[in-house]
Amino acid sequence: MSMTIGSPTVPLARDRGGPAQPLLTVDGLVKHFPVKKGFGGAKAVVRAVDGVDFAILKGETLGVVGESGCGKSTTARLIMGLIAHDQGNLLFDGERIGSRALPLRDFRAQAQMVFQDSYSSLNPRMTVEGSIAFGPRVHGVPKRQAIERARSLLARVGLEPARFAARYPHELSGGQRQRVNIARALALEPRLVVLDEAVSALDKSVEAQVLNLLMDLKQEFNLTYLFISHDLNVVRFICDRVAVMYLGQVVEIGPADTVLAAPAHPYTAALLSSMPSMDPDARTQVAPLAGDPPNPIDPPAGCRFHPRCALVEPVCRGTVPPLDALDSIHRVACLARQPNSGHSLAQARRVAA
Amino acid sequence: MALATQAAAPVLDIAGGAAPAPAAADAFVPSRGFWGQVGHKLLRDPVAMVAACIILAIIAIAVLSPWITPMDPYRGSMLRRLKPIGDATYILGSDELGRDMLSRLMLGGRLSLFIGVTPVILAFIIGSAIGILAGYVGGWVNTVLMRTVDVFFAFPSVLLAIALSGALGAGIFNSIVSLTCVFVPQIARVAESVTTQIRARDYVDAARLSGASTLTILRVQVLGNVLGPIFVYATSLISVSMILASGLSFLGLGVKPPEPEWGLMLNTLRTAIYVNPMVAALPGLAIFIVSISFNLFSDGLRSAMEVKA
Amino acid sequence: MSASEPAVAIRGLTVVFGGVVEAVDGVDLTLERGQAVALIGESGSGKSVTLRAIMRLNPERKTRIGGEIRVGGADVMAMSPKALRALRGRAVAMIFQEPLLALDPVYTVGQQITEAIRQHERISAGAARQRALQLFERVRIPSPERRLDAYPHEMSGGMRQRAMIALALACRPQVLLADEPTTALDATVQIQILLLLRELQAELGLSTIFVTHDLGAAVEVADRIAVMYAGRIVEEGSARDVVLNPHHPYTIGLLRSRADGALAKGTRLKTIPGSPPDLANRPPGCPFAPRCFLAEERCRIEAPAYVDVKPSHRAACWRTDVAHAAFQADKAPVLEGVS
Repeated sequence: MSMTIGSPTVPLARDRGGPAQPLLTVDGLVKHFPVKKGFGGAKAVVRAVDGVDFAILKGETLGVVGESGCGKSTTARLIMGLIAHDQGNLLFDGERIGSRALPLRDFRAQAQMVFQDSYSSLNPRMTVEGSIAFGPRVHGVPKRQAIERARSLLARVGLEPARFAARYPHELSGGQRQRVNIARALALEPRLVVLDEAVSALDKSVEAQVLNLLMDLKQEFNLTYLFISHDLNVVRFICDRVAVMYLGQVVEIGPADTVLAAPAHPYTAALLSSMPSMDPDARTQVAPLAGDPPNPIDPPAGCRFHPRCALVEPVCRGTVPPLDALDSIHRVACLARQPNSGHSLAQARRVAA
Repeated sequence: MALATQAAAPVLDIAGGAAPAPAAADAFVPSRGFWGQVGHKLLRDPVAMVAACIILAIIAIAVLSPWITPMDPYRGSMLRRLKPIGDATYILGSDELGRDMLSRLMLGGRLSLFIGVTPVILAFIIGSAIGILAGYVGGWVNTVLMRTVDVFFAFPSVLLAIALSGALGAGIFNSIVSLTCVFVPQIARVAESVTTQIRARDYVDAARLSGASTLTILRVQVLGNVLGPIFVYATSLISVSMILASGLSFLGLGVKPPEPEWGLMLNTLRTAIYVNPMVAALPGLAIFIVSISFNLFSDGLRSAMEVKA
Repeated sequence: MSASEPAVAIRGLTVVFGGVVEAVDGVDLTLERGQAVALIGESGSGKSVTLRAIMRLNPERKTRIGGEIRVGGADVMAMSPKALRALRGRAVAMIFQEPLLALDPVYTVGQQITEAIRQHERISAGAARQRALQLFERVRIPSPERRLDAYPHEMSGGMRQRAMIALALACRPQVLLADEPTTALDATVQIQILLLLRELQAELGLSTIFVTHDLGAAVEVADRIAVMYAGRIVEEGSARDVVLNPHHPYTIGLLRSRADGALAKGTRLKTIPGSPPDLANRPPGCPFAPRCFLAEERCRIEAPAYVDVKPSHRAACWRTDVAHAAFQADKAPVLEGVS
């Protein structure tokens, strides 16, 4: 930890499991929200997160991408314990979150979150330094020290304390507010930071400034990021690995360079070719996917992507593809990529981007 | 100063941001804080300021009335009943028992304000507690509390006040209790909806993530943001409360004679309405002025509290 | 409307809010018939204000507008309220970022479209509904008959946006104004809407002004791109010229700061430092000078005039050549890296 931030309050989180132990393991995570369907109608559930598995390694940035309604933000809130999950396990550095060895409060001292809406995530009645100092104050840091730390964090995220510390959120621009939110997340010296569309609402030039800041901070404070975004360009740039979610499940996970350059899942390929072209001479001619993202209330049987898939075959309608290893670091849930699945393309290795 | 500005420049450069950031370092006026801003705005609102002055003046007169009334408000004279406004002895005339109207109006403000404002204060405390709890905790707690509150909404507030007062019996205390019961559900409803909105803000989630207890979050993050709107709503209820309280007294369910109270005075003077209508209308005018002042002030307060996004 | 006039011609447009905020500061823009122009800029650059000024949609009481706006030769600034109503929806239609706010929640989409048609034309309800149905087919809404009777909240985001486009096209306008129509959509839906707009524009001969903050979206639909900064157009040219041969440092900065333009993973993005100027308190000279990597003394004193770097490609900068050279030099290593 950097010396500028003052003395640590939370006992320095010790690396329990060693470097090979994933920092966070998400195992079979399920969250269904009940909804009433019409007047007196049968009760339905939104399968927001429906069996999600992945691991975040120490010091890496894992990206999560997918359309709206795919469950990426719900996954983030489940991980942080903001909403309770129905099934599954969350392990932080090998310990189950909420167990006696790692109560929720202790976990939260080591994991923090930055939200998309920079205005809604700051208390309008609190000064910027007050918001940042709130967490340390809760953990028993004396007021003066907490304010001092807030100011040095402000300086670290590029906001001169003398000018910004006493301001209120509405006196800042969107980019400045998001810097404050990042400073607040860092005030408890977390090991894991969940960034839920943290740069999505910013103007492009401000987004670039904040991305640079995030990369610097990661190095300086030894952070691990869970980076949720819908912008594949940003994910490709900042993430080491990427998980692609569709209708509450992970359909592909692997190194960002591989997944976003040579995607194995047809959905990932479609996401990629949906990005607008930057070349006026090579504009997109055909939309890769028709229609809107489907509703997670009644997901299709078999492979959930099959109604929109270009590679669909009869087997896809009946068989749920497991998230199987393509190689040691790249896993995909697609029958066309899995040998002996009964799909005619099962032997082919990859689809073109 | 120039030196400081220049030194600040490199930091400024990376402080990225869009719209309204002031360009020069010294262009920023240090913030007054939220209540400072509200006060600043209120001071520039002439209507709200006039209303506030009237309220303050009437409160001051009411509080000081035992010492400053020109005549004894209780001593009447059968010979000098119902003198008109502008009489040599009685500036605002005299009532049906020959007591000085001005003195009685001054002293009457005491009781009228007391039985009008107290129920709102009590209801503000109780209603906010119920509403904030229901809004923050949500779930079945919310359902139970708010459905109970809804039952009270089935009755018009005037009827409810009369029914409760009737059941409890006449008297100042019972009048205050019944009016409090009338206003608690209304304030609880507003408190619940404001709290539910605030509860959904990301900063409350961020506070939960920082490990703060529910009580700390309520106190530090929620309370400051919900009490303002509830307070504004409560001030707008004071006028209703004063009219209801006077109404109860008028019906003989509140203050008992010979205590001067505006509603009660209106009642006892009603027999004189054909003899001296101007004098008979004076207590009503007093109620009208005070309640409209509270309403205007509450309006000003609401617009002053609107935080710009 | 005379056929020889451009679809929209804006000359020296200024828009001042509340007497102090110079949101638009001298915009010249010509939209030829059948052409699509993208107005690109960040929040507060004045792109949406410019768009709204074409239909005089900015709040009249707080706004001071100067300059000249002509739609098909007709002077918009001189129009009576009645003429303005005829202009809006009939000659010029607009689509917005959030259809849920632009559509009326208490009527079905079909009712809103037939109502819009019958407001401008004398036509039977049945015929209007028939036109609405054709429009829904035109914007490729599946099972259009059924969807006509849907309320806006019953449709998904992409369908709503298609329905709003159908509503905008109801009275066969010549000019379509689009204010960030795809910003709130998923990328997979965004590309469908962009392609639909491109197709409609070609088939119906629409002239389109497309406001966006996303260069990629602009490249997909626009023939020409105008880059706005602090209420001025700083560079304008064909989409090809602006994206591949930028001559203004701000355009170059925007292109450089894109995450897909980074040389390699882990390298820092080249950002534009600082933040846009306070529009109520403009510095003299070029508004971009305080953030510009090429700014020199002259830039801070005197606002640059437009330089035609080639026919129909202009940039407002004193140092267009240096800027362009810097951009080219920057690109070389990328190409090396690729090959």
